[in-house]
Amino acid sequence: MRKVIMTTACLALFTAPAWAGPDEDNLVINDETEMITEVAAPAHLENVDTIYSGWRFRTDETQALQLDDFDNPAMIFVDQAMDLFNTVDGSEGKSCASCHESVEEFKGLSASMPKVVDGKLVVMEDILNTHRADVMGAEPWKWSGPEMQSMVALIGLQSRGMPVNVKIDGDAAPFWEQGKEMYYTRYGQLELSCANCHEDSYGKMIRADHLSQGQINGFPTYRLKQARLISRHNRFRGCIRDTRAETFAEGSDEFRALELYVASRGNGLSVETPAVRQ
Amino acid sequence: MAKGVKPRVKVPKSAAAGETITIKTLISHKMESGQRKDSDGNPIPRSIINRFTADFNGQNVIDVTLEPAISTNPYFQFDSIVPESGEFTFTWYDDDGSVYTETKSISVS
Amino acid sequence: MELTRRQMLVTSTAALASVVGLPAFASATDDLIAELTGGASLGSGAITLDTPEIAENGNTVPVSVTAEGAKSVTLYADGNPVPNVATFNFGPLNPTRSAATRIRLAKTQNVVAVAQMEDGSWQMAKNEIKVTIGGCGG
Repeated sequence: MRKVIMTTACLALFTAPAWAGPDEDNLVINDETEMITEVAAPAHLENVDTIYSGWRFRTDETQALQLDDFDNPAMIFVDQAMDLFNTVDGSEGKSCASCHESVEEFKGLSASMPKVVDGKLVVMEDILNTHRADVMGAEPWKWSGPEMQSMVALIGLQSRGMPVNVKIDGDAAPFWEQGKEMYYTRYGQLELSCANCHEDSYGKMIRADHLSQGQINGFPTYRLKQARLISRHNRFRGCIRDTRAETFAEGSDEFRALELYVASRGNGLSVETPAVRQ
Repeated sequence: MAKGVKPRVKVPKSAAAGETITIKTLISHKMESGQRKDSDGNPIPRSIINRFTADFNGQNVIDVTLEPAISTNPYFQFDSIVPESGEFTFTWYDDDGSVYTETKSISVS
Repeated sequence: MELTRRQMLVTSTAALASVVGLPAFASATDDLIAELTGGASLGSGAITLDTPEIAENGNTVPVSVTAEGAKSVTLYADGNPVPNVATFNFGPLNPTRSAATRIRLAKTQNVVAVAQMEDGSWQMAKNEIKVTIGGCGG
């Protein structure tokens, strides 16, 4: 009997509510751009009715960092990318601006990425490094390096507020199926799939972390933990590593496929790039 | 000069004479605390912005002493009176001796 | 495992201590404050210290302080390896004597603001911030 009482007392002291969110806040950036952070799930999702931006799972203080572009620390890196856009690099003596009059011409591009080009699934990092190699004669950027991710963020920002709309049928279908299979595969010694946390358990606490749906509509995202822009593949790697598995490499075909599938789970949410997370 | 340091400052473009305005500043800087160790176990030496000042037409608005407990990419928000048209000067002082400055003009109507 | 009365006493006392025992005695911060003020007595009420109750990540915690009539405000974090955080010296053009910044907190602890007022007196305010350890690393 005593044992029962003590257990109850401990529970009352130490446990948080099992379900705590998403919250009901609205995300309006700079008092003008209203973001869709909650919308009916795309038809292909079988086990989820409503999709939510990760922003809705964060504390008010973390949320506030994304409400105003000046308060958003990611924007200093977007500024740096704007400088890079105009910086000549490589053997051909060209900058991005030599061919592209304005970064605004990329409006909408990130909302539709990843996509299949000439039979290959490509993500934004691929496009940037291909152009650097083929057009500029420049060295490739490191996948999760500051130059690469700040430029991915700058291009992504041009689509901010537009709904994510990646293609999953036609020539994208086999890649999408591969990504879906990965999403439901249990990895690591902990035998956890993406779905175990981000589909079955979103809204719950994993230790002190409030589990979101694992949407990637805000990436590259400024994570307070690392205090820099974090790539989608870096986040995938972190998640799989946390299952105590050998993980895939950033820029691997596996992560390209997973990126397509996870992006498609957010079809209909606004592009939030660059978001701020914990 | 430390690599990749870039200041960002937000000041309204105009104000009424004597009006109080809010200023926000942010600078990209890793703010290495001196508490961390590298992968070989050697301490990584401290390298931070140790002072930040804001002045308007030569008069001081705020003068901040920073310690390693200030987060990466230091952010400050504060208020200032704008007595007349003029220029704000913002200055960041790096441990390595570098000084970064940014100026913003404001017109009083 | 069957719990005996003795084991239970030990367990519950330890649990109680871990709840009540936080935060640890903050003598380093007290020493630094005494050094700053020259041991002057600390009033309260003039400083508004605005901090989150819970910080989602200790690496970037928003803090704002307002102390009308203050010449300067110094912030301390009493659970950090080095408690000093920042000192704001307000110039003649600063009407509100307020400032906001983002700070690092190594663990759950108190943030302390000490203000020197224009009349030479001292004020103090103190808030506890709980710092969570996340489930998922980078």
